[in-house]
Amino acid sequence: MTTGPGPTHRTPPTAQAGRAAPATIIFSPEQLAEVRRLQSLYPDKRGALLPVLHMAQDTFGHVSLEAETYVASLFALSPAHVHEVVTFYTLFFQQPKGRHVVAVCHNLSCHLAGAQRIIAHCKETLGIDVGETTADGRITLQAVECLCACEHAPMAQVDDRYELDLTPDKVGRLLAGLA
Amino acid sequence: MTEKILTRNFGRADSHTLAVYRETGGYKALDKAAAMQPAAIVEEVKKSNLRGLGGAGFPTGMKWSFIPRGHTGPVYLVVNADEGEPGTFKDRYLLERDPHALIEGMIITARAIRSALGFVYIRGEYVEPWRRFSTAVREAYEAGYLGRGFDIVVHRGAGAYICGEETGLISSLEGLKGWPKLKPPFPAIKGAFGAPTIVNNVETLAHVPHIVNRGAEWFASLGTKTQGGTRIYSVSGRVKRPGIYETSVGITLRQLIYDEAGGVAGNGRLKAVVPGGSSAALLSADEIDVTMDVDGLKNVDSMIGSAGVIVFDETVSIPDALVVVARFYAHESCGQCTPCRESTGWIYKMARRIAEGHGRKEDLDTILDVAKRGAGTTICAFYDGAVGPYISYIEKFRGEFEALIPRA
Ligand SMILES: Cc1cc2nc3c(=O)[nH]c(=O)nc-3n(C[C@H](O)[C@H](O)[C@H](O)COP(=O)(O)O)c2cc1C
Ligand code: SF4
Ligand code: FES
Repeated sequence: MTTGPGPTHRTPPTAQAGRAAPATIIFSPEQLAEVRRLQSLYPDKRGALLPVLHMAQDTFGHVSLEAETYVASLFALSPAHVHEVVTFYTLFFQQPKGRHVVAVCHNLSCHLAGAQRIIAHCKETLGIDVGETTADGRITLQAVECLCACEHAPMAQVDDRYELDLTPDKVGRLLAGLA
Repeated sequence: MTEKILTRNFGRADSHTLAVYRETGGYKALDKAAAMQPAAIVEEVKKSNLRGLGGAGFPTGMKWSFIPRGHTGPVYLVVNADEGEPGTFKDRYLLERDPHALIEGMIITARAIRSALGFVYIRGEYVEPWRRFSTAVREAYEAGYLGRGFDIVVHRGAGAYICGEETGLISSLEGLKGWPKLKPPFPAIKGAFGAPTIVNNVETLAHVPHIVNRGAEWFASLGTKTQGGTRIYSVSGRVKRPGIYETSVGITLRQLIYDEAGGVAGNGRLKAVVPGGSSAALLSADEIDVTMDVDGLKNVDSMIGSAGVIVFDETVSIPDALVVVARFYAHESCGQCTPCRESTGWIYKMARRIAEGHGRKEDLDTILDVAKRGAGTTICAFYDGAVGPYISYIEKFRGEFEALIPRA
């Protein structure tokens, strides 16, 4: 018995991310084996719901109602239960997201270090508001609460990475580098 | 300067690997603990005066002793690595730079509470810490430290501050939305999956191997009369050297800011300090001669909480800061209790209109009244954690708020 879902857990966003049409909502046989392994780690298999929802999001790009229903079937849970869980957590997207997610922290330490300037610069550069995705499906912009890297304020999470000690210039270069 | 214990290896290359952990004496406490009766380990931790470093400061050994005697079913150990308290970042360092210390602490704790299965709940945003910790767990399995009577499951959260509250965390671990539960029953009696469960913070458990190795007296002597040891202070905001600082819990806030973190940045003059994460009541500049242990902060009606220190210099607008804090609590309330759900939203609205220059004359008193009425009436301590800042920001800097409210 080992740890969480392992290295395959966070696959890079696939073609399904962005605005492309969602593929069929179904896991591969290997993924189904992984689901069963995860479920076996918990005294009640329902404990594996968050890990499997992470898997679903990584595979399908976001957690659609169809994906919720599919995941529910793997746990013998009601789709309503899974929906309630998905909507509770900020890291699950119910709508297609950009190929990249830029989440700028605007909590206290980042606020003191100029988070608002960073957010304004992102909005201006991307031509979108917080919570929106660029028309080409490239970037979703968010303002989020403390990511607990306050010693490097202002900071942001870009996909899996923390980007620290931001300046408008630095964040501009970061945005430009996202394909 | 106190000896560094938790952070002693942070500067070493590859400090997160099993090889380096072993070279520096890692996994030696396991042998010692294996020769001790579970009750003796609990006793040792009690004597060490180790207190929970996640927020509530509860004595760790005493918590462990609440597992019902004679209980024969499963007991779970749950590690709270859902670090989310604004201003706190110490557990991130521990997971990334010394993951084996937590694993060793968990194995010893498991022996003390007779647990065969532990969960480590890591906040979803902490992808790199999760990878590092997962790799360390794999190493520990391969080396045979895990899998012989104790297993660890690493669990990722999905973004929700309230899952840092222990019963919310348990709900989340069980595949539910992260709603806290009414206590009692406390988790030690009925916790994860209905079984007795000990929830401890990452940093709390990382101390355990050292206590076993060097003894309770040694650990107790590092701190104050009522709290042993060192802890890691997260210092951010307007200081010259933001970062983590491990010192005795007997250090004063003034020493921490001026001697450790290099003093006040910005205009160089201190205005106020958040001493223990955003849920701790704000201290004004003349209240910083307090020791940074649980009781030191209690004495000035604040709390040490997660030991996240956020420094405000004189150029910081307190009303603006309150808007940021109030937005956070409005956003993160789980919505289960009426006072919390309604007041956090309402207070955020009032704080915002005051800061934007169209507050009403009665708004300040309304905020104070609403805050005080709701305190202590909710399922979990989240709302009390919001009330601390609401009241202290306004009571200690009332003039600054009033100056923004148009006169009728
Ligand atoms: C709203 C709220 C948020 C909390 N967040 C955390 C957290 O992020 N990490 C943590 O260890 N404890 C957090 N706690 C405290 C936990 O409920 C619990 O007391 C702690 O994990 C116990 O571990 P300890 O005794 O080792 O400190 C929080 C408490 C509340 C009320
Ligand atoms: S106090 Fe707030 S966060 Fe805690 S259970 Fe009630 S509504 Fe949820
Ligand atoms: S306030 Fe931005 S990381 Fe903590």
